[in-house]
Amino acid sequence: MLMRTIIWKELRERPTAMIASLLAIILSVTALVAIRNVTIFSEKEVAGKLDKLGANVLILPKGVTLQDYYSADMHSETIPEEHVAELALSGLTGVEAISPKLCVPTSIDGRNVILTGILPQADIQKLAAWQGGMLFKKHEGCKAKINVVDAKGDAPEALAERRALQNLNENEVILGADYAAMNGLAPGDTLKLLGEQFSVLTTLPESGTVDDGRVFAHLHTVQRLTKSGEVVNIIEVVGCCEDVANGLVSDMQTILPDTKIVTIANVVETQVSINRMMTNLSYLFLAILVAVGGASMASASFANVIERRREIGTLMALGATPRFVTQLFLAKAILLGFAGGIAGYIVGSILAMFLGPYFADVSVLPIPSLAFVASGIAILVTLVASYFPARQASNLDPCICFKEV
Amino acid sequence: MLQLESVRKVYRKKQDEVVALDTTNLEIPEGDYVAIIGPSGSGKTTLLSILGAMSAPSEGRILLDGESVYDLPINQRAELRQNKIGFVFQTFNLIPYLTAMENVQIPMLLAKKNVGDQQQKAEELLIKVGLKDRLFHKPAELSVGQQQRVALARMLANDPAIILADEPTGNLDPDTKEQVMSFLTQFNEEGRTIVMVTHDLSAAERAKRTLTLSEGMICSSEKESLLKLA
Repeated sequence: MLMRTIIWKELRERPTAMIASLLAIILSVTALVAIRNVTIFSEKEVAGKLDKLGANVLILPKGVTLQDYYSADMHSETIPEEHVAELALSGLTGVEAISPKLCVPTSIDGRNVILTGILPQADIQKLAAWQGGMLFKKHEGCKAKINVVDAKGDAPEALAERRALQNLNENEVILGADYAAMNGLAPGDTLKLLGEQFSVLTTLPESGTVDDGRVFAHLHTVQRLTKSGEVVNIIEVVGCCEDVANGLVSDMQTILPDTKIVTIANVVETQVSINRMMTNLSYLFLAILVAVGGASMASASFANVIERRREIGTLMALGATPRFVTQLFLAKAILLGFAGGIAGYIVGSILAMFLGPYFADVSVLPIPSLAFVASGIAILVTLVASYFPARQASNLDPCICFKEV
Repeated sequence: MLQLESVRKVYRKKQDEVVALDTTNLEIPEGDYVAIIGPSGSGKTTLLSILGAMSAPSEGRILLDGESVYDLPINQRAELRQNKIGFVFQTFNLIPYLTAMENVQIPMLLAKKNVGDQQQKAEELLIKVGLKDRLFHKPAELSVGQQQRVALARMLANDPAIILADEPTGNLDPDTKEQVMSFLTQFNEEGRTIVMVTHDLSAAERAKRTLTLSEGMICSSEKESLLKLA
């Protein structure tokens, strides 16, 4: 027989008290794992968004509030188009692209569509080159991969990802994936738009965003057809890296004081703050785990020692050392902590998979490394909670074995 | 040999002082079979605890084979109980959630014997006490007499030289009592020293000698006195 036989059989003999104390630990670990799991996936989502969108800076009219990056241009307020020229000529370094947009809801053949005017990079490059500006040059010490849209390579399909377009003639349009599919349009087809014929340059790959329902045309064409004047709803500026994006904000604010300038980090700030709140919540649950689970475990362990006084006295009479008795209780605590940690991990992971899409709008999968963290914390809590009861047991007077208790 | 030299045991609670065992000198040679008889509260269990290296005396020394037991560190006293002393309890003190086999293995587990040896020895001992068909029964599934026989097998697990028995027949019917007393006599004949505390005069008569304890003092071994005190 080994010590673990005694522990295991004793647990099976008196399961109720231990299940009750374990329940507090399982619930706390469940909450901890669920929150942590959702938080990690939410942070990954934010990091993914930032990575995908790059070091973008958005220039907006003052009164616009921003909720979603992809629909940042969908508002009725405008800023003058001349801001584009001011930016191009200002000599700001680290700018890879400037992409002004004008967004006008309209209908084509009785169907609602978002007509979006976009100024190709070639037009802006001509402007900068003419004035000898520093546009499209990397800043000193920049280690980012060069991502400049160039005249040779860049395909128009890259618009969805790069947020900028190299060339677009005034009689050409680019269609979002949903719009093209719904109207059965393909590159090379023609499309009648606000009384004029346009050639479909390309269709964009599906992005899952509002861009899928747009029709993109040259900015000046949209301005002319909709009689909007020389205005835009937004100017997207792509910096070469995150370092330069933050510096650009203050420089641009100086150049364009009547605009609102935000970075992508600002756009995802809400989600970041939710993540921060959930991280703090996980610390709170950790504190609850330590307090409630530990107190519950300590109480159950003390009760267990009192209940087993005669048994402990007998073991000591038969030759058990205080060290053996201490080990007997601490080994049991480790077993319970491990069981509580793993059970909490399983329940917490399942809970996170169900709650993740509702709470943080992210799909969540179990994270195996959390099993180690959960069981480690649970074992630590049960060990600390059982230490004093174990010491009490090892200090019992063995003569108790002669008494009726 | 087990020797008590001027042993005194006093229990203190706040201002109160209770003398459980007064200045006692006693020699128990190897192979002796001593019955200690006395009324409740006379100090019998205290004497047994002191002899069993479980409760240090307030004064005096206990020598086992010439070595002062209570001068040993606590872990060595535990080893002494593992290897040299076997206990028999009035209420058997079996671990309720372990089988007869497992209960008998406990002293061997504490002495760090390997599992195979533990199982072999436990089976031999249970067969010796007539429980061959009860090896895997828990105490609750055994009769009172069978439980005491499991306790006797457990007591023999590490082959102790000294057996300390606390009212070993106190809870038993006459037939089972006779069985247990026969086993104790057999163990004594094998060369083990037995110190038995009892109220039962017929059990005490089976010992080689009988001591009486009264108010913490060993005072007489006359049969009439025994009857009065028991």
